Amino acid sequence: MRVERAITKRDGSWLGLYVLAYLVFLYLPVLLIPLFSFNDSIQAAFPLQGFTLQWYQTLYGNPALSGALLNSLVIGVIAACGATLCGITVSYMDLYGRSPLAATISAIARLPILIPGVIVGISLLILVNLIGLGPSRVAIVLGHILVALPTTVVIMRSRFAAIPKTVREAALDLGASDWTTFRRVMLPLSLPAVLSAFMLAFLISFDEFIVVFFLAGTEPTLPLYIWSQLRFPRSLPTVMALGTVILAVSFIIAGTAEILRHRGLGAQRRNSA
Amino acid sequence: MSTIVATQAQEARSSSGFRFAMLLPGALVTFLLILFALGLVLFLAFRGNDGSLLGVGLTIANFATVATDPLYWTVTLRSLVIAGLVTLATVVTAYPVAYYLAFHAGRRRGLLLFLVTLPFWTSYLLRVFAWKIVLAYNGVLNSALIESGIWSEPTLAFLNTPAAVVVTLAHAYAPFAILPIYVALDTIPKSLLEAASDLGARPFTAFRRVVLPNSMPGVLAAALVVFVPTVGDYVTPAMVGGPGSTMIGTLIQSQFGKANDWPFGAALSVCVMFVILVVVLVARGADRRFGSRT
Repeated sequence: MRVERAITKRDGSWLGLYVLAYLVFLYLPVLLIPLFSFNDSIQAAFPLQGFTLQWYQTLYGNPALSGALLNSLVIGVIAACGATLCGITVSYMDLYGRSPLAATISAIARLPILIPGVIVGISLLILVNLIGLGPSRVAIVLGHILVALPTTVVIMRSRFAAIPKTVREAALDLGASDWTTFRRVMLPLSLPAVLSAFMLAFLISFDEFIVVFFLAGTEPTLPLYIWSQLRFPRSLPTVMALGTVILAVSFIIAGTAEILRHRGLGAQRRNSA
Repeated sequence: MSTIVATQAQEARSSSGFRFAMLLPGALVTFLLILFALGLVLFLAFRGNDGSLLGVGLTIANFATVATDPLYWTVTLRSLVIAGLVTLATVVTAYPVAYYLAFHAGRRRGLLLFLVTLPFWTSYLLRVFAWKIVLAYNGVLNSALIESGIWSEPTLAFLNTPAAVVVTLAHAYAPFAILPIYVALDTIPKSLLEAASDLGARPFTAFRRVVLPNSMPGVLAAALVVFVPTVGDYVTPAMVGGPGSTMIGTLIQSQFGKANDWPFGAALSVCVMFVILVVVLVARGADRRFGSRT
């Protein structure tokens, strides 16, 4: 208590102001996109020219856009399934497998954090060309599994580690096989984290540009479509309308994932208390 | 007796099957997609370019070009300076936020953590594009300055500069820096702070001698997760940097695109990985010096 007073009280309000300014810096540029998406002008400049929904109307009946959207959704779901599956198995074996191989795999799985996206992209480009696959949707899925892997491993690992050891030991002592223990005990207990990992992996894939740039064949994903449109000043308002929709959906998915993750941890805390 | 042996044998069998199934996806991804693919890059870096997929011969000509052509030195140095400035800016600005989260936020902590990490999950391309809107000739910053009467003419001085790249990247990677520092600050034992206070240390002294050194592992981790993606970035220089801001990622990308010299691009990638390795080792060494608690 005394420490709180000594270290905290005096500079607390200063810091509070700073944090507020920081949040403004963080959000202001991003929020300009929805602002100008409703602006009745082709230029993104002040003063605003009046309210319009015409840029949102241009999103309808655009086959290139809907094709890219469908592509991104399919790739996102498949890549998120793959990354979540790998995240679950890698972190589970890392914690309970008691083998150097499992620990090595877990360490390598978190390695992509230390590799710039451009190098992940070109290394996979060489690989998929070598195995005869070439740039394609499958190649993108592989790339996105890789990019999302560190996130899913970290989320699942912290979740599995938060389950008391006695739970798993009790299941094994009562005669459940490894497989049953995993499927009937450990997996249900970490379900919120699984969903959270899946959603975040989906978001990573859905928004990813740097790796997909190298691996896309003839069918672009949504970020590639946006990239191709950014060259034309005339299409910028449409891009901002599209960007606003993506921002809104991303916020909702990320928010849900966060709530799920907390629900899991909160339930855990209540149980152990 | 025999039934027990039988169950044990069965158990062992199911167990090894279980282990195999559980290790398989991770092993495939890590060994094939990460290690083998990176091995291919390393191999290709020592090959000559004949237009085929894996090149020809065995040569160090690619590395010789990187070492002797001043263009690559300039671009590498520029990438290091830009990534270094971005890292410094993000870590320095993120530290007070992490400090607030760890010691002052109270009940608002969960909400603040969420608000700080939320932008991380939104499109990177859109965040960079937002800065283009801000900095452009007819952009937000120019029109705001003219509206408020500070300047009479819009200026081209914002967009297409290395400074624009630094600001944009610092904004894009800000959330990366806060979390590691926050975790490091949050895990400092409260007894250490009490001891400092009891022994008569003034708040600033306690911060400088106790809090700051103990949070160094988090600061170094934050620096690393910001430095690595920024040093290889090619999107931000292309969008807001202009021709004077070409970074090493741009060069690698063009070797696999327009320039079509994959072995040379691979050699550039190996050089970048080498630089990152050096940075990681330096960070490790610094981490040990500051007495990591992890």
